[in-house]
Amino acid sequence: MFIPISNSDPRPLYEQISEGIKNKILKGELLPGDALPSIRQLAQDLKISVITTKRAYFELEQQKLIITRPGKGSFIANYDVNEMASLNLLEIEHQIKGVVAYAKRTGVLRKDLEDIFYKILKEEY
Amino acid sequence: MEDNILEIINLSRSYGKFKLSDVNIVLPRGYIMGFVGANGAGKTTTIKLIMNMIRRDSGEINVFGKDNIKYEMQIKDKIGYVSEQPVFYDDLTVDWTAHFAKKFYSNWDDTIFTGLLKRFNIDKTKKINQLSKGMKMKTALALALSHRPELLILDEPTSGLDPIVRDELLEILMEFIQDEKRGVFFSSHITSDIEKIADYVTLIDNGEIVLSEEKEDILNRWKLVRGDHRELKGLKEDLIGLRLSKTYFEALIKDIDAFEKKHDTSSLVVDTANLDDILLHLARREN
Repeated sequence: MFIPISNSDPRPLYEQISEGIKNKILKGELLPGDALPSIRQLAQDLKISVITTKRAYFELEQQKLIITRPGKGSFIANYDVNEMASLNLLEIEHQIKGVVAYAKRTGVLRKDLEDIFYKILKEEY
Repeated sequence: MEDNILEIINLSRSYGKFKLSDVNIVLPRGYIMGFVGANGAGKTTTIKLIMNMIRRDSGEINVFGKDNIKYEMQIKDKIGYVSEQPVFYDDLTVDWTAHFAKKFYSNWDDTIFTGLLKRFNIDKTKKINQLSKGMKMKTALALALSHRPELLILDEPTSGLDPIVRDELLEILMEFIQDEKRGVFFSSHITSDIEKIADYVTLIDNGEIVLSEEKEDILNRWKLVRGDHRELKGLKEDLIGLRLSKTYFEALIKDIDAFEKKHDTSSLVVDTANLDDILLHLARREN
């Protein structure tokens, strides 16, 4: 299981890991019941601290995307499809926000931004 | 209560002018703590106190929940210790050194030792003085690991070693704590090593503990700020180790959330601080 983490990413490491796993769930690469590496294994594998991977898994547990059974390990939960869909929408909102912030920062006009958006929609979707 | 593998409470010790004062450190089982500080800050003194190689003036040290002086033999049987300059007999072979060391431990396991030597590519018939610096450290590490310790204490294990050997060591440490009952306490002034794998970081400066917390919390809270000189007004009391260059200032802040609540940061640059940055700015504070 490859989880992309990068030192140049401003997000904290645990967030990169939890979002990396979340993305794999959203894309259907990880399915309900699939086993995840143990917290310690993953830390060793990524050469990062145990507390970091622990926190990442904790985040995913809070979001009910994984469950951890003591002594058995962590597994992808039987997540609610509707919940996943709304999570996905949240993620899209997040990404669009990023683009809008970038446009604002670089002085792109609202009108031009709208034009680009509709042009892409028309061409790609 | 959480199970702590190492507990240091209000530890003090003076040495002429140098004073180690009120050191408090807690390391839970299952984790790695990096012990960071400049040369002469008190790292080795603290470690020697844990190992009962020097006497403390006051305070308490508990290893595996037991007093380190009262239960010294019992505790040391389960500690793997690598000192800054491992004491070897130069003329002895690696094999003989192990033969000598194993007598001190009840749990010595020859297969672990042989396995580690093989992994490290160390010829056990070689004499200690024929080994390179990296090989010596790895021999010391193999010796420290062969009696199945629960706590590994390493004093500057990576200093003077190349990145390849350092990486091998980090790998061994990560393997070591796969068993959640174990712990690692290692000092280093090479902070990048600690930043990679340590769960907890304790920072010592001039004999005093500046902070001792989860590494992620430290790195999420302590930040560098930069800005134009005219932004400085009103900020100064919250800036640590302020450095003024011709066109801008740079300083450390210890809590980004509190700082952002108190000040307008829109015209400042807030950047991540690594452990080196924190050390440097703390040192500058004193000058």
